[in-house]
Amino acid sequence: MNPALMSRNDLFLLLGFTLVVLAMPIWLAPFGAGYPDLLQRFMIYGIFAVGFNILFGLTGYLSFGHAAFFGVGSYTAVWSLKLLTLDAIPALFFAVIISGLFALVIGFLCLRRSGIYFSILTLAFAQMSYNLAYSVLTPITNGETGLQLTLSDPRVIDAAVGHTFVGQPIPTLLGTPIGGYAGFYFCAGFLIITFFIAQRIAGSPFGMMLKAIKSNQTRMQFTGFNTRPYALSAFVISGMYAGLAGALLAVTDPLAGAERMQWTASGEVVLMTILGGVGTLVGPVIGAWIIKYFENILSALNDNILARFFDFLPDGVDTFFVKVIGKFVGDGWHLTLGLVFVIIVIFLPGGIMEGVRRVAAMFDRSGGKTSTRTQAAE
Amino acid sequence: MAQNNVVLHVADVHKRFGGLHALADIDLQIEEGKTHAIIGPNGAGKSTLLNVIIGKLPPTSGQVVFDGTILTGRKPYQINQLGIARVFQTPEIFADLSVLHNVMIPALAKRDGMFRLNMLRTLDSETGIRAEAEHMLEDVGLINRRHMQAGSLSRGDKRRMELAMCLIQHPRLLLLDEPTAGMSRHDTNTTIDLLKKIKARGMTKVIIEHDMHVVFSLADKISVLAQGRIIADGMPDQVRGNPKVQEAYLGGAH
Repeated sequence: MNPALMSRNDLFLLLGFTLVVLAMPIWLAPFGAGYPDLLQRFMIYGIFAVGFNILFGLTGYLSFGHAAFFGVGSYTAVWSLKLLTLDAIPALFFAVIISGLFALVIGFLCLRRSGIYFSILTLAFAQMSYNLAYSVLTPITNGETGLQLTLSDPRVIDAAVGHTFVGQPIPTLLGTPIGGYAGFYFCAGFLIITFFIAQRIAGSPFGMMLKAIKSNQTRMQFTGFNTRPYALSAFVISGMYAGLAGALLAVTDPLAGAERMQWTASGEVVLMTILGGVGTLVGPVIGAWIIKYFENILSALNDNILARFFDFLPDGVDTFFVKVIGKFVGDGWHLTLGLVFVIIVIFLPGGIMEGVRRVAAMFDRSGGKTSTRTQAAE
Repeated sequence: MAQNNVVLHVADVHKRFGGLHALADIDLQIEEGKTHAIIGPNGAGKSTLLNVIIGKLPPTSGQVVFDGTILTGRKPYQINQLGIARVFQTPEIFADLSVLHNVMIPALAKRDGMFRLNMLRTLDSETGIRAEAEHMLEDVGLINRRHMQAGSLSRGDKRRMELAMCLIQHPRLLLLDEPTAGMSRHDTNTTIDLLKKIKARGMTKVIIEHDMHVVFSLADKISVLAQGRIIADGMPDQVRGNPKVQEAYLGGAH
């Protein structure tokens, strides 16, 4: 590959990442996560987290309102599926554009402040969007019921080319329904592309400016940079990522509800990024996978399954274990997540990626200090 | 010798903070290619004056003119893009980034202007900028530390790096706020040599400094500030012999 486009290390990272993602149905099967619905969510929230990291990880602005862009992406996609065509590509396209415009306006206003004030402003705007979706904007969002596809949708483009559908409408890609593993590979393609774009941004002069803004905004200004358009660009790019993720969720599961714009959803992507490793490329994706895994797998466990699992223990002891562990699964999965989060933040402030680095450094040292110098030798 | 070009003109600047008259009636003319030192006891208003020049503080009245352009009311990044760079009293650097990147960033600011959505290239392919930065790091003696994280440099090295960050922009005017504060005698002398080297390139400099050794080895002209006023102005020898200065500053220090 052209060295101007990508360094060798980045290329290997991208190839490795692609392999891991595409092989997920195989290697996640033993963990009980090898089913398409969950895999699609892994991809979608991976995209959300990669985009969020461009703002939070690179530029250092902590937004608590990114679920708003996710929601805008979802609604836009469903409207495109309803009004224009069941094909997914226009839905995704419009979702990215509209959420980007929305991010431009909100970012323009919020970036007048930095630090905690910026965070609070984003939170306020996201909560306003959430409340509007439930009240004034009900004609657009269909309120609590959520926006969904119906047989009577106009779908003008489909009608114009003479496509007719029988039964419940399902989004398609060039005529093929997007569901199951097809849906997973569709989303996986987007995750890989967006990961590549994030890599390019992080390695470009523009990405360096974002890191410099995070490091010392005063110096940036006295160095001759107008930092606001840089931060705004990062904000809009991450908003577009969120919109794409929201649209993919709407395409694979065509029902958009306002709850995905709530502040808890904004907080979730913050947790994903911190858990995986702020400012790293792979970390936020891993954080997203772990949180979605816990959400789906742990919440599906119940006392009966636990009782079967602890069956080998003597009577009395097994009921004790079922009672205690039962608190951490099912509805209590947030408790496990909270514990894991606390442990990671206390012992590995750099997230899981810091753990990976430490383990790698340990191997390096025992391996005779061979590879530690490779970077300096370049 | 022909009349020297005035690059920076601080015209009738006053600065009040509430009841405090921090700067009164400041009129300064900095000539092209000269090193102009501003000295004075603590609290004389030296840093305030520098902050007014650089656009960090608006003057209460008066204005600062740089090469025909009024600086008053402009943003720090606009002032930098006009060709004024500043070394801070406490180094302002990108502590999380490598030394090399710290020096490449100002070079990119010089080339790309105050904003450019430069996403299609990689930083590694900016070989011209990189070579320029490496050359500059060689000049300040930090080339062997170019891959270190800037935050882990010693205090003296941080200052040297900050100087390199300013010099790589080839500014027309360089403002230095106590460039040798906190440095060992040896580091101070290296810095003086470095600044003399820049002087040979004809860069105009304004230095605020406590260290008389630094001031008298570098300055072509000295202005003495006391209680917000310029009490003396002239060649180093004239200023040294001025009784008012001895009373207000030099005498008081001994």
